[in-house]
Amino acid sequence: MNLLTLVLIMPLVGFLASLTIPRRFPQNSRAWALAVSLATFAQSLILLSQFNRNTASDQFTVDIPWIPTPEIHFHVAADGISLWLVLLSTFLTPICVLISWKHVQDRVKEFFAFLLLLEFGLVGVFIAQDLFLFYVFWEVSLVPMYFLIGIWGHSRRIYAAVKFFLYTMAGSVLMLVAIIYLYNRTATFSYAAILDMLASGKLTFAPGEQMLLFLAFFVAFAIKVPLFPLHTWLPDAHVEAPTAGSVMLASVMLKMGTFGILHYCLPLFPVAARRCAPWIAVLAIIGIIYGALVAMVQPNMKKLVAYSSVSHLGFVVLGIFSFTQMGLDGAVYQMLSHGITTGALFALVGFLYERRHSLEISEYGGVATVAPWLSTAFLIATLASIGLPLLNNFVGEFLVLQGTAMTHFSWTAWAAIGVILSACYMLWMYQRVFYGVTAADVKRHMPDLGLREWAAIVPLIVMMVWMGVYSQSFLPPVSKTTARVLEQTHINVPERVELREKPREKTREKTRGETEVAHAR
Amino acid sequence: MQLWLIPILPLAGFVINGLVGRRFSRGLVSAIAIGSVVLSFAWVLKAIFGLGDLNSRYVEHYYTWIASGSVNIGVDFAVDRLTVVMLLVVTGIGLLIHIYSIGYMAHEGGYYRFFAYMNLFMFFMLVLVLASNFLLLFVGWEGVGLCSYLLIGFYFDKQFATNAGNKAFIVNRIGDFGFSLAMFLIFKNFGSLDFTKVFQHAPGASEAMLTTIGLLLLVGACGKSAQLPLYVWLPDAMAGPTPVSALIHAATMVTAGVYMVARSWPIFIHAPSAMNVVATVGIATAFFAATIGLVQNDIKKVFAYSTVSQLGYMFVGVGCGAFSAGIWHLMTHAFFKALLFLGAGSVIHALSGEQDLRNMGGLRKKIRWTFLTMMCAAVAIAGVPPFSGFYSKDAILLAAHEHAPWMYWVGVVTAGMTAFYVFRAMFLAFFGEYRGKEHPHESPPVMLAPLAILAVLSLVGGFLFNIPAFLSGVFPAREAVEDSSLMLISVGAGAIGILLAWFVYVAKPAMADSLASGFGWIYKTLYNKYFVDEIYDAAVVDPLVSGSRTVLWKGVDAGLIDGSVNGVGARAQDVGSLLRLLQSGNVRSYATWVLFGSVVAIVAMALAGIGSTGGLR
Repeated sequence: MNLLTLVLIMPLVGFLASLTIPRRFPQNSRAWALAVSLATFAQSLILLSQFNRNTASDQFTVDIPWIPTPEIHFHVAADGISLWLVLLSTFLTPICVLISWKHVQDRVKEFFAFLLLLEFGLVGVFIAQDLFLFYVFWEVSLVPMYFLIGIWGHSRRIYAAVKFFLYTMAGSVLMLVAIIYLYNRTATFSYAAILDMLASGKLTFAPGEQMLLFLAFFVAFAIKVPLFPLHTWLPDAHVEAPTAGSVMLASVMLKMGTFGILHYCLPLFPVAARRCAPWIAVLAIIGIIYGALVAMVQPNMKKLVAYSSVSHLGFVVLGIFSFTQMGLDGAVYQMLSHGITTGALFALVGFLYERRHSLEISEYGGVATVAPWLSTAFLIATLASIGLPLLNNFVGEFLVLQGTAMTHFSWTAWAAIGVILSACYMLWMYQRVFYGVTAADVKRHMPDLGLREWAAIVPLIVMMVWMGVYSQSFLPPVSKTTARVLEQTHINVPERVELREKPREKTREKTRGETEVAHAR
Repeated sequence: MQLWLIPILPLAGFVINGLVGRRFSRGLVSAIAIGSVVLSFAWVLKAIFGLGDLNSRYVEHYYTWIASGSVNIGVDFAVDRLTVVMLLVVTGIGLLIHIYSIGYMAHEGGYYRFFAYMNLFMFFMLVLVLASNFLLLFVGWEGVGLCSYLLIGFYFDKQFATNAGNKAFIVNRIGDFGFSLAMFLIFKNFGSLDFTKVFQHAPGASEAMLTTIGLLLLVGACGKSAQLPLYVWLPDAMAGPTPVSALIHAATMVTAGVYMVARSWPIFIHAPSAMNVVATVGIATAFFAATIGLVQNDIKKVFAYSTVSQLGYMFVGVGCGAFSAGIWHLMTHAFFKALLFLGAGSVIHALSGEQDLRNMGGLRKKIRWTFLTMMCAAVAIAGVPPFSGFYSKDAILLAAHEHAPWMYWVGVVTAGMTAFYVFRAMFLAFFGEYRGKEHPHESPPVMLAPLAILAVLSLVGGFLFNIPAFLSGVFPAREAVEDSSLMLISVGAGAIGILLAWFVYVAKPAMADSLASGFGWIYKTLYNKYFVDEIYDAAVVDPLVSGSRTVLWKGVDAGLIDGSVNGVGARAQDVGSLLRLLQSGNVRSYATWVLFGSVVAIVAMALAGIGSTGGLR
């Protein structure tokens, strides 16, 4: 069986099999979820080792007809971006199983089943090459998250879950309409086929048509990112979600939005994307500064981290709409880094919650005295989050800002303010939670990291350092794919919006050559 | 030459002590920490001797750190003569302060943590000086800032300490904002961040662009080197243990800004207006901080403002184009200011934590070695010939006179004030009658030995190490100006300062109080540091926090955005209660729900398919 399909199917099989585990053996459900998610991760590592880093074309392609009319294919493949996002999903799922081990005591079987279903949906979103299939996965991933928040969440979980669901649905309906419209125009759902038609000039969009289609896709993705001002579902969803829900939501689900923009909006509607770029960049910059300022005054740790995500994802969007190689690479790197860092932050906040049963910053203080390792881990994640060099986020932020500076220096100057503010809100929170005199309540309920927690957090920290110190392990495949995306944005683009960045000419030539080779095959 | 060993050795010390140091004995912890610095120092010496006369830069490339598009950032280390000076200062002074810390920290908790952070600092500082491109320099730059944050807040159960740590980090971030924008512009204009390439292309760029870059770099340097208006974090940073103040906040880290400006001289030399701003900021800071230093009562605060002031001198030096004079003062200042801080630490140690000069007095007989060594530093900083500070300060003032005579005169007045406040502190602490309650005891030899070495360096360092001659090949050549009358004036200002301090604090001790009350409002303004902290709080911090809370969060987020989707929200509640019925906990019913959704979608599709007319043209 195809490796990629295996990575996709394993969580689904795991999900189905887990339904047969009797409810009275919750331990079995946990163990099964851990085993399946670890096996899936191992499988995805094999995928990584077999991935050809020297080409920009899709790999591990499987294309099987699924529904005859309308013609829908089970068509999946991985490129240099989706590869890493798949790995991010499979890497984080076992960690989520570990951090939910004790945290979830109610309906254990269903919880872990949903976690596996979620993994299935997320992997599917990143590898689907058929627009309809993509939409199906998009919705499939929504459902388990809805239930994770709605059933295992905190006191206002129903409100948060419905808000999450409605916001996302509002966007996905627009996207569905656009997908159906595209099908009407092209008679196919195959993304590759549509791109070929665009490249060969068989398919062209009138300017207004292109703009509407772009916006329909973009709004769906922007809600997911979330881009200011469409972000207000996120803090609520995070505060109410169980720890694992928050981790998967922040680390992977938000990337569905930025991945969508990068993978669909740019290649399909380059003219509209470029025309909207200044507006979107402004929203991204507002999000960076606004998210940071609002994060600064949050009394609730999870809300604070949630607003920090609004800020960090603003960098991703900004990088994408810089239309430069560095900006796009940085955006992808920032997606992955944010996944690792914010996942770790949410996991650690979850650890604190399990001990003290509160998310309010004011309920803590002096944790560093009683739980030094927990505090150290939190500090490292904090430093990564504020973009300290030699940790992961720095690389992404640097590339995004440098890439943006090549075309619009003023955007960079504004966005860099977010880097100052991130230090303010994160360090201020860290001080109030971990420093100071230890209150009696904190002292009683604050054991240091347990073995299971160590196992969950150490891999995340290792990744933070690795991605920060040696980005060459990760960036080259990304660059190949972003160069292809950038190349695609030149199709159908009038000359006057030609890029200003000169030094990239060479790479563009190179990738064009490679794409031709790929086509020739 | 394996230059990477120089920073990696302290990093290894950090990793070992950080991970398992808690289980080690204190002896083992300090052996690892100090051993790693000794090895690093030894490797520096070996590298320097191995590299010969170093008339050109020696570069080592290790691996590509970040590569994307036209960006290609390598982890590259380089050594030239400027780096040699910095390496020797950092590892040499660093080693002495590490040794001193064995005694100073002997009775403190968190012993392993202290040495781990100190080693981490050494790592980042060495990366900073060895870096061969701007981004790698930035790594060290941010890293030393992190260690500064950790060590200022070392006593993390004390609110004032952690506040000071946050303040240091955030103010530095404001500076780094400027530095990073400068880097983006450098790359945009020169297509590289590599020193060699950037400096090669710098003369070809427009003066406006170079000025912009220079000023942005200056913003970064102002943050790290505590210059106006970003100096506010350094006095608060004294909340950290005293060896930290000596190493990070006097001898090494805070001089990084000076080093960075000197390193970027090919950019600055073609942007004369930026240079002028550097010098002006420097002289203003030197004067301003010295006035505050005149009236502080906390011995460490006096030296902290003194550091800010002396860093100002260094900026004057590099701003006037006398780069080597600035670096010279950087080195001599590292000797005598580290000594002043370590001596102050010895005093504080002797008095079991007392830092207030008003509770000292008459200590010269009780802690004789501390007194003698500190006196060496005092004469050095006061510019008494032929001690170290005299040489470097004189070189800077001469350059200032050449650049703009008014700067020279402000510098001379500042030199007088410097002599006054340092000797004021010395007289208050060591002369007169003892006014405290604790029983003073002399520090152990492990603390006194570094003091003695630094005392010798403070006395003969300027005479022994002729930095301008050593660095003559690194920086653009300048005509040596000798003007003995200018020199005599500045020496005279120092002498007047010392005599005045003697008169006010030893000969007529009652005079100090009558002066303070006589110049009531001036004294108050100086004592309260011109109320700058209060002004920053009221003008920036408070509006930002309360604005974010009331306007952005409660207003825009909860009010405007959520309010406008309120209609949807209300409906959502209804839908929610409907959906709750579906939440039976029965997975099969959820599966049905998923299936139902898909069916709806496919039906919608099919309908659309019927309506379609082929689509393709």
